[in-house]
Parts: sequence; structure tokens; C-alpha cells
Amino acid sequence: MDGIAQKRLAGTVSPVMFGVKPIDFPGLIPKLEVKPGVEVLAGTPLFHDKLRPEIKFTSPVSGKIVSVERGDRRKMLEVVIERDGTGSVDFGKADTENISAGQIKGHLLESGLWPAIRQRPYHVVANPDDQPKSIFISCFDTAPLAPDYNFILENTSVSSFRTGISALSKLTRGKINLVLKGNGADNNIFDGIDGVEKSFFSGPHPAGNVGVHIHHLDPVNKGEVVWYINFQDVISIGRLFEEGIYRPEKIFAVTGSEVINPQYYSIMSGGAVTQIISGNVKAGGLRYISGNVLTGTNIGNQGFLGFYDSQITVIPEGNYHEFFGWAAPGLNKYSFSRTFLSSLIPKRSYKLDTNFHGGERAFVVTGQYEKVVPMDIFPMQLLKAIIAQDIDMMENLGIYEVAEEDFALCEFICPSKIEIQSVLRNGLDLMRKEMS
Amino acid sequence: MIMNSLRKTLDKLKPHFIKGGKFAKLQSVFEGFEAFIFVSDKVTFKGSHIRDPLDLKRTMTVVIIALLPALLFGSYNTGLHHFRSIGTDPALFQAFWFGFLRILPLIIVSYVVGLGIEFIAAQIRGHEINEGYLVTGLLIPLIMPIDVPLWMLALAVAFSVILGKEVFGGTGMNVFNPALLARAFIFFSYPAWMTGDAVWTEGLTAGKNIIDGFSGATPLSLCAAGEVTKLPSFMEMVIGTIPGSIGETSAIAVLIGAVILILTGVGSWKIIVSVFAGGIVMGLLFNAIPANPYMELPFYYHLVMGGFAFGAVFMATDPVSGAQTEKGKWIYGFLIGFLSVLIRVLNPAYPEGVMLAILLMNVFAPLIDYYIVQSHIKKRLKRAKVALNTSIK
Repeated sequence: MDGIAQKRLAGTVSPVMFGVKPIDFPGLIPKLEVKPGVEVLAGTPLFHDKLRPEIKFTSPVSGKIVSVERGDRRKMLEVVIERDGTGSVDFGKADTENISAGQIKGHLLESGLWPAIRQRPYHVVANPDDQPKSIFISCFDTAPLAPDYNFILENTSVSSFRTGISALSKLTRGKINLVLKGNGADNNIFDGIDGVEKSFFSGPHPAGNVGVHIHHLDPVNKGEVVWYINFQDVISIGRLFEEGIYRPEKIFAVTGSEVINPQYYSIMSGGAVTQIISGNVKAGGLRYISGNVLTGTNIGNQGFLGFYDSQITVIPEGNYHEFFGWAAPGLNKYSFSRTFLSSLIPKRSYKLDTNFHGGERAFVVTGQYEKVVPMDIFPMQLLKAIIAQDIDMMENLGIYEVAEEDFALCEFICPSKIEIQSVLRNGLDLMRKEMS
Repeated sequence: MIMNSLRKTLDKLKPHFIKGGKFAKLQSVFEGFEAFIFVSDKVTFKGSHIRDPLDLKRTMTVVIIALLPALLFGSYNTGLHHFRSIGTDPALFQAFWFGFLRILPLIIVSYVVGLGIEFIAAQIRGHEINEGYLVTGLLIPLIMPIDVPLWMLALAVAFSVILGKEVFGGTGMNVFNPALLARAFIFFSYPAWMTGDAVWTEGLTAGKNIIDGFSGATPLSLCAAGEVTKLPSFMEMVIGTIPGSIGETSAIAVLIGAVILILTGVGSWKIIVSVFAGGIVMGLLFNAIPANPYMELPFYYHLVMGGFAFGAVFMATDPVSGAQTEKGKWIYGFLIGFLSVLIRVLNPAYPEGVMLAILLMNVFAPLIDYYIVQSHIKKRLKRAKVALNTSIK
């Protein structure tokens, strides 16, 4: 795809408006703790999980609550904060080597960094009461236009990363799996990280998905739990213990064919994209995505960066009619299949837009999904079990191992244009409800 | 220019066809035509923001392109045999044009009847029109004898689309391959029009001006009648200048289609390869125990006679009625090839075994998938058990 970020850190961006979005956390029932007008510090709880009140979601900056946006049936969409000042809640510095697992959990829960830890099954925020059999950290991202984590680590703090790992290692009796790209030679920067099990994966997307790593290294069976955490959140956790504050500053790759200067920016999680994109995007109807094109969220040009994201993608909207588009030879269309002439031209970069390219149909073509899910799993049979709400079958076919991101490519290539990620989420939610 | 004015006309007409409009009952039909001319401007809403430009329409189009060599050769062959039957030797184009004009009505009837039913079904369900019939509609004429009456064809199409597909829920839900179902319908309801020697040559059933000694017998009926010695040469059968259903005779034309399907990835190469493998194995088995002349027939003859190649490439690969697991496809294909030759040789009542073999395997495909999925589940459970044991230690 066009618009990969140049390896250049363009500086720090400090937006005025921030938003924390309960919808970033599937399955969460948020309980609000603040009202519009209230002053907050970085680390002040904004809302918590109604079912597990110890899991708190905190403000990334100090300032004033502006509004609480709600959607259909008063579903809470985002808590909006206007930044003001630099104060933050002091959680206290701590030496991760010398404190207990309980204390580490307490720190993470209070500061609002706990939600960074997620779990399979269900791909939701981890349950602090669980004992995970291992913890996974994927140190590379293979999604379209994804940021280069090695570059990010070079420009942040290796020591914070190390501290983060040391804190996490207290939370499991099993291994901390650090999954790196390619081989050892490409990853000298990780040489100083000890107490982890390093594995190497390579290949096209989704080789960087943590779900694929877990499946091949330590698969989740019924009743087992594996935790995983995003690369940059490990650094935030390290910072929490080193400095005693919650400061979810991340390096974001600003990418996509419609960005004039695709490059990296340092910005606080939850910040509005407005500043980063103003003057840096081309004309026309555009889609602003927090995250990558396969799994990201459409946030518009005023929206806030997602909690788990470290990438912004801007691509053209595809709201045009195409004259006999399905019959065109398709020299400039990227397709996974070999039904377009473009497949005769070796590797090059394409400009993709948001056109749906057809209408929704029943499952017809078979054998396609299997090609983009590098796991020993039957994707189509699993999806059909979900649609039929067959709990036993879902369990037998391995629903505990997968998340939306693992099936995102199925959705991209699906000739029947089925909303596969939504189907899977429904299945995961249903299983979670049935099993609790 | 044409494009823009067409777009404008469509936008102007659109309000009449949506709910509350004058022609709301034709909404599905309107949308079907609109989507045919212009790919929709619909954009992604949730999930993946980008979508592959490949849709079902294009998938089906690829199959139709793959069918064209068989259709073109079928036209020529139809003409060729007509002129041979009246004792003249036609020029290439003359034969082709004659045959094409005879086949065209079959194609039109097939599409009009089939698509008409699809349109109505889509409107009743409130769905968009499915593209499945685009391929079926061309497949059906290609597996018919040229002399089949149009009303019979219409009846067969209606039968296969309504009872074979729509009652199961439409495209993607059917158990049987609809095209084969249409053929089976005529085969069992009007056997005189699907067997014998006359129906395969244009005009032979009417019997006018036929020269003495001309036989329209297909290789399969010759074999079934025990007249193996009268078979056309192997090369003739590869090229396809033999009597038979319209599109099935030329192994070369079918092979070109197979190459298109495999290169584009639209047809499963696993199924195609395994059908041929199954046919070869059964053929070799018969060669090993040659009890009659038909069993003595070299195994490779079976691959080019009758509808074997056509069935392997265009019928067995139907993803809806075939096996859906990758391992299952191997088994499914192999058994089709195996049974085709078995039925042909041992059951003189059904000279063409391919149709029945595929329909039979359509029924068993879910069973094959069931066992493949069950073995997968067992493997997963075993893994879970091992994990449990090690954690207890």
C-alpha cells in the first residue's frame, strides 16, 4: 500500500483535546466516575469496569472534563478532556525487582495501565484474578503500513521497556514470550532484554499478530488463559514504575496514501488527531483511521487516538460508482486473488480506498480464508458455527484462540463481502457470556 | 459520456424503485441491473476499511470466460455434425455459425427462465440478486444434447432453480449442483431426449435428409452397446469432433478452461486433479482385470470420453455443492473420478457416469467434511489433554 511512514521522528505533538473511549474495550460495561466540569490529573480515574470495579480507566493528561459523548441507548462513546497543566497523580516509584506481584497489579490497576494487558480467550482486558500460563509481547507489526517497532524503541527508552518486562514477569509463573521479526541479527536492540523467551517469526501479515504467535508457541486450550500486551504499552508500564506517573506517550506512525508526509510523531494516547493531520493531508473525501486499515477505527478528522493503537492511517473514501468495475481488467487494483491483471505485475504499491466492491452474499467460494489464517484452524466452519450460535462447535473449533484481528484478512478477501470481524466478535461475546 | 448519462438516468429512476416508490416491487431487479452496470458506491462501515475488489460477480465472470472455449468449440461441432449428417463438408465458419444459431436459443431460454426465477426469489426475500445463476445458466445448455426441445429445457431449469436451489435458501445453500440437476431431470423424466444416438446431432431426431449410414452415436453409447471397435480415434476425442452434449466433447477446450480456473484460483485445482486421478485409478483397475472389451479400453480413453473432463473442471469444482474442507476436496474429487468410470463401465443403463457420480458425491460432501472437521476437533482435544497432563505434573 502507498504511504508507509518514513523513519523520521517529526517531533512531539500536544493536542488540546483528549478522549478516552470505552468502545476501545470490547465487552466492557463502563461506570462513569467523573462529571463534565471536573478537573482531573493524568492518572485520575474517568470510569471503571462495572463488573470488576478494580479495573480503572484513567485520564492521560491533566485538564477539565468537557463532555461525555453517548450514542444509541445512552451507550458511552467517549469522555472528552481539555488539556490544561501538567499535573499527574503520584503513584510512587517502585523497584520492580523488589515488590510483589500483588503490588505490581495494584500499581497497574490504579494507574489505568491494567487495560493494556489483554487475554485470550475472548480478546478482552485481562482478569486480574487469573493466573496466565504465559505472557506474549509481539515486537513487530506486519499489518499494512504498520509502524516499525525497532525504530520506535530506538527513539524511546530501552530501559523503560526492560523495567516493563521485569514488572510483567512477576505476573505469570510461565514465560514471557518476546516475539521478534526475522532473526537475531535484525534485533540487536533487544540483546539486553533478559528473563524472556525470544522467538522469531517471519512472513507476510498476519505473521506479526500475537494470536498467531500464541497458536504456534503456547496455544490456548479450554480453561487456559494467555495474556498479551502491546509493545509500546510495555514502555508505559516501565515508565510507571520508574517515574511513578501515568504518561501513555507513544510514537505513532502517520501513514496512508493521502498523507503528504508520512512519518512518526510522538503523541499522548487518546489525543485528538486534528493537529497531526492539519495541513498534512491531500484534498478529497478521506477516511481517518486510528490503527491500520484492517482492524482500525474510523475516527473522522476530529477524533481521538485509540487506546491500543500506534498508527494513524488516512486513505481516500471509495464512495464512487465504477462503470462495469467488476468486469474491468484491473491493472491498478490490488487483489489477493489472481483474477485481476495486476497480479501479472510483480510487487508494487497500491493506493486502496474504502469502496466495498460489491454487495453482501451468502458464503459461496471455499478454501480462501484458510490461505490467510496461518493457524491450524478451520475459519469458515468456525464462522458458520458462530452464525448458528453453536456453543459446543465454536469451542471445539478453537474460538478461544482467535480474535478479530486474526480474521481481518479473511474479511478483506471475502468475495461474499461478509462482515467477518463483527461475526467473530459476536461469537466471542456470546462465549464469554455463556462461560461466565 | 454514455457512462455519465447512464449514471444520471439511474439516479433519476432510483427513487421509484425504493420502498414507497411506484415500482418498489422491482427493487431487487433494479438494484441488480444497477450493480451490473456500476459497482456500488457503498463504502466500508465497520471492520476492515479496505476490501478486495474481487466479488462474486467477478468470480462468476471468470468461470464464464473459462467456459467460452467449450462453448465456441461446441458451436463448431454442432454445425459440423449437422452437415456431416446430411452428407456435406462445411467450412469452418459455416459450421460454427450454424451451430451457434442453434445453441443461442438454448442459452436464452436458460437465462430468461433461470434469472426470472432468481429475480422473483430475491425480491421475495428482500435480498440483492445473487450471481450464482450466471454460471449455471451457461452450464445448463452446454451439458444438453442439441436437439433438446426448448420447453423441456425451460422445465428443467425451473425445476433445478426452484427445487434444487431456492427451496434450500438460494445461492450458497444448495445441496446439489443446479446445472447437473437440470440434466438429471431430463435424463430421468424424458430419457428419450438424453440417451440414444439421435439427439446429439442437430436435426437427426427429425430425421430429414439424413444420409445412409450416418450414426450420431456417442463414444459412451458405443461402449455401452459393446461396440468398442467403432470408437472414434483417441485424437478425435481429444479435439472433440465427436457427437455428445454441446460443450463436453472437446478435451482441449475444457482443458483451456481448466487452465483459466486454476491460474486465477477460482476453481479448486485439488478437485480437478483428484477427479482425474480417481478416473485413472479406476481405469487402470479395469485394465488389470479385463473381463470385457469395455474394461480393456485403455484408461486414458475414459478421461476424454463423454463429460468426464467437463464434469471434473466445471461441475465438481462448484464450491457450494462440493466438499468445503481442503482435505475433503481431495477425497471428494477422487471418488467422483473413481465412481464415474465405475458407473460407466459396469452399468449399461447409465452410459454417462459422471453426472450421477457428481450428484452422488454432492450428497456425501457434507459427510466428508464432517469427518475432516471431527478429526480436526479430536486433534484439538488431544492437544488440550496433553496440556492438562503436563500442568498437573
